[in-house]
Amino acid sequence: MGTISRGFSGRRSSADAQLPPGQYLTTDFPVLSAGPTPHVSLDRWGFTIKEGTDVLRRWDWESFRDLPTESFTADLHCVTRWSKLGTSWEGVSLDRMLAGVKTNSSYAMMHSYGDYFTNLPLVDLMNKQAWIVFRFDGKDLAPEHGGPARLLVPHLYLWKSAKWVSGMTLMHEDKPGFWEGLGYHIYGDPWREQRYSSNQ
Amino acid sequence: MSSNSYDYVDGSAAAGELSKIFAVDVTAAEGQCAHCGAIKRFADARLYTQSPGIVARCTVCEHVLLRLVNTPQRVLLDVRGMTYLSFDRA
Amino acid sequence: MWRVGKVVALHDETSTARTITIEIPDWPGHAAGQHVDVRLTASDGYSAVRSYSIASAPNSERRIELTVERLPKGEVSTYLTQEVAISDRLDFRGPIGGWFVWRTQQIEPIQLIAGGSGIVPLMSMIRSRASAGSTAPFRLLYSVREPGAVFYRDELRALSDKDRSLIVNYVYTRVAPIDSPRQPGRIDAALIANTTWPSNLAPTCYVCGPTPFVESVAGFLSASGNSPNKIRTERFGPTGDRK
Repeated sequence: MGTISRGFSGRRSSADAQLPPGQYLTTDFPVLSAGPTPHVSLDRWGFTIKEGTDVLRRWDWESFRDLPTESFTADLHCVTRWSKLGTSWEGVSLDRMLAGVKTNSSYAMMHSYGDYFTNLPLVDLMNKQAWIVFRFDGKDLAPEHGGPARLLVPHLYLWKSAKWVSGMTLMHEDKPGFWEGLGYHIYGDPWREQRYSSNQ
Repeated sequence: MSSNSYDYVDGSAAAGELSKIFAVDVTAAEGQCAHCGAIKRFADARLYTQSPGIVARCTVCEHVLLRLVNTPQRVLLDVRGMTYLSFDRA
Repeated sequence: MWRVGKVVALHDETSTARTITIEIPDWPGHAAGQHVDVRLTASDGYSAVRSYSIASAPNSERRIELTVERLPKGEVSTYLTQEVAISDRLDFRGPIGGWFVWRTQQIEPIQLIAGGSGIVPLMSMIRSRASAGSTAPFRLLYSVREPGAVFYRDELRALSDKDRSLIVNYVYTRVAPIDSPRQPGRIDAALIANTTWPSNLAPTCYVCGPTPFVESVAGFLSASGNSPNKIRTERFGPTGDRK
């Protein structure tokens, strides 16, 4: 451990109860990104569900916004240790988007505009645990936070909630995504503090 | 393709982290992007540090050159985005 | 790799920036333009690391100076500009950076362009030149929002008064002094043409500041004929928004 800096506590607050282990509460909304913010115009936007080369479902912005939406609040937990509680969102549940899909796959790779990708078990995308969200705090989702639409999966670390989401590819086996392939945990449950893969 | 959100810093901002791995200073090293072939100083790379790890991108084509992650036990480095890195002999 | 340093002096440069002098017993020395990583650690182990350019010239003492500007909501810059006290101990790593460096062996014309706190590594170069007695022709174009934001004004005036081959020009982007010949505004192609070394002298250019500033200025330098390998940049990230 480093030399203790007298009087330094960082930007954490004291109300850190009820947070997953190792997290601190923040009131701002940090912007983390592995690359430039993509600029996707709504007339080019699409969300595609694929399996191998087969397209199982596809929406453009208009047909996506025709889907029934839900408004909900969620707590966000980032692996870089900040947590933001009670954030409000509007989006389409993945249960609705996956409804009627026939597949033997148990996993999905989520893709973003740009080159980010992250893997999740299909069961974690269902049962009211995941949404494609397009409004945050009553306003259209800002590009720096993943707009026009991002994935939100609050029960896992926020790196799984791919920003600028463009689609998903169903997979039979779990494969590591952008960060999972470089030391981060394949699943990422903040309550079991699954930040890093077990051999790191 | 060009991004104007300016949310990156220089390659030299990674020099501290990379000094755990490379005995020589990386900022003056030259690297070739494996995607577009551009040859540039590593200092000129676009570094995204507000992230679970450090990501360096080619300033010409924006593809990933290098990624670095710190875990409690290890440092992980992925350099597949560069065909090579070359340094002056000391 | 981390060295412990002790704060031995503090000096306010402006209402939001402070110079901190640190004694590091095993400091290996540095080159003008390099930076250090500073690590703060709370008693529960939480730590934060930030990079700061070294403001002082290379010398044989085991001391460095950093000039830190307080960023809104900056957890490290707020601590360093408001909390840190003489005798406090902090962790340092460095010196870091081999490209954005000026060495006294360089005799070609040097063009320095600073945006806000980007002046810090360039001041190390100016101080290095002065202490080495170098006569390399130096021009500094220093852009700030308003006059109160200037660091090292008196020292820059003293150095340039004494030495005809160091020329300093200020640019004010929001509020200018009454006697300023130019209206407040950002650096543009005309200003570059009037206040920087002509590109046919093949100056080595060092541009430092927030990323959008550096990109814009590097574009002007390039458009006026400087080749890319003569333009060295150090970008600090988007203005004010770093988290």
